[in-house]
Amino acid sequence: MGIYLPIAELSVNIFVLLAMGAAVGFLSGMFGVGGGFLITPLLIFYNIPPAIAVATGANQVIASSFSGALAHFKRGTLDFKLGGMLLVGGVFGSTLGIYVFSLLRAIGQLDLFISLLYVVLLGSVGGMMMVESVNALRQSKGGAAPTLKKPGQHNWIHRLPLKMRFRASKLFVSIIPVLGLGAAIGFLSSIMGVGGGFIMVPALIYLLKVPTNVVIGTSLFQIIFVSAYTTIVHATTNQTVDIVLAFVLMVGGVAGAQYGAKAGQRLRGEQLRALLALLVLAVALRLAFDLFVQPANVYSLSGVDGGHL
Amino acid sequence: MRPVAALAAIALAWLSATPAPAVELPQETIQIGLSTDRIAITADFTGADLTIFGAIENSDPLLARQGRYDVIVALEGPTRPVVVRRKARVLGMWINVDSETFDNVPSSYSVATTRPWQDMADPEKYRQLSLGANNLHIAPVDTTESPATIAGFVAALRELKQKTGLYSERIGGVQFLSANLFRAKLLLAPDVPVGTHRARAFLFRNGVFIKETSAQLAIYKSGFEQAIYRFAMRHSLWFGIFAVVLAMITGWLGRIIFRKD
Repeated sequence: MGIYLPIAELSVNIFVLLAMGAAVGFLSGMFGVGGGFLITPLLIFYNIPPAIAVATGANQVIASSFSGALAHFKRGTLDFKLGGMLLVGGVFGSTLGIYVFSLLRAIGQLDLFISLLYVVLLGSVGGMMMVESVNALRQSKGGAAPTLKKPGQHNWIHRLPLKMRFRASKLFVSIIPVLGLGAAIGFLSSIMGVGGGFIMVPALIYLLKVPTNVVIGTSLFQIIFVSAYTTIVHATTNQTVDIVLAFVLMVGGVAGAQYGAKAGQRLRGEQLRALLALLVLAVALRLAFDLFVQPANVYSLSGVDGGHL
Repeated sequence: MRPVAALAAIALAWLSATPAPAVELPQETIQIGLSTDRIAITADFTGADLTIFGAIENSDPLLARQGRYDVIVALEGPTRPVVVRRKARVLGMWINVDSETFDNVPSSYSVATTRPWQDMADPEKYRQLSLGANNLHIAPVDTTESPATIAGFVAALRELKQKTGLYSERIGGVQFLSANLFRAKLLLAPDVPVGTHRARAFLFRNGVFIKETSAQLAIYKSGFEQAIYRFAMRHSLWFGIFAVVLAMITGWLGRIIFRKD
């Protein structure tokens, strides 16, 4: 069954979109990532113009993140205080990122920069997570209890001043790295058009040593606001949010997110991290493939006012 | 006798100079009619067949019977500027290195013919009439590039438009229903651009171009789609806020409906 997208101005299959939304929603509920880094490339592969894919992806991410965050809120695995602090940093980072975005577009080659950013970030984050989680899995098989938070073993981050207590996360850290992390994620997400969960989750786990179960809910909480900000900015500056496309993806996404959150509960932290690492690496490889392998057609079309990411 | 003979000679000379003036038919003309001059694109639009009926007036019955008339019907979408980019390998990566901007490129071009191109008329004639996707006039804004480079970009533009179905042709898409009544079936792609399209019909007799006619067709988004589009363009901030709120409500409802814990 076809459906006409009023902003993208083309007709697509509604069931393909629903399935796409459900699959990404499942993964986002499971791993606590918004799914922006999955949905945007998927939409582009499905011939949706990149500018619309980025903006609409951000819109759809709000729904699945909101749904997922609610589930974590009910379970008490959401640290509002930590999420709020990350968000404060995020607003500054996003604003700066949008400025850099238009600067990059003015000098051209924005799409190359974005592709490189994706490949480098996803590749390194995915690689590090993979190594760590495989080690943890091996240790737990050997009998020792897997411990991320080794008591007494603090890194330089925990020696910074301006400490604040985050009860839900059982954490007592300086707010400097929290604000800094929020700002860095906000900056990257406005340039890459993603919520930033795939960076946020490992950063919270490895840098701030937040317990994995709290990380997912908190990350989703922060993603809601970053994506909402991105959506509104894209809607006002480029008019590229296709609400019909977003809505169909959302319906599939929220259903998938609930099943995903349930499936995620059954897996252990290090298993979850290993799977997320695999997913992130797969997307990085796919994007690197596009960058390094000769395309079928070296030519491409776009409108004069961009239309091309 | 002499004056009569002279008169007859003059008459004979006059007759031979312009043979059979009484039986000369007026020039053939072609007419087309669209069943509608507006097509609304609704939510379930997945492309469509557009049927155009037409007639040849003052046709020669003998030539019509022998199938000597050919008709080509083309539907040309609104023109828009297009940027064509070319990728090349730089440091092992495929990146856009080159681009060419073209003004006034027909956003869509759908053509139907009675017979294969080579059987109807001379390729030169098609070029003169800019008939067929390969003969559309596509000129770059910046003409300083070498002709070979520009030709490459133009060829790529046509190829990409054909791949997406925006440029299409149907050989045999025009059928004669009677000696001078015909029907053309044109393809409207799923992403046919909205705006004013122009249908043009060309009549050929024995490979000679005779006449052309045209009609306009407006393709527009229907009520709901148009309302969303207008809202997004005119009140973009509210549209953005609405999109965010809609996403949150959907997320919340989804949680209630599909909750698993």
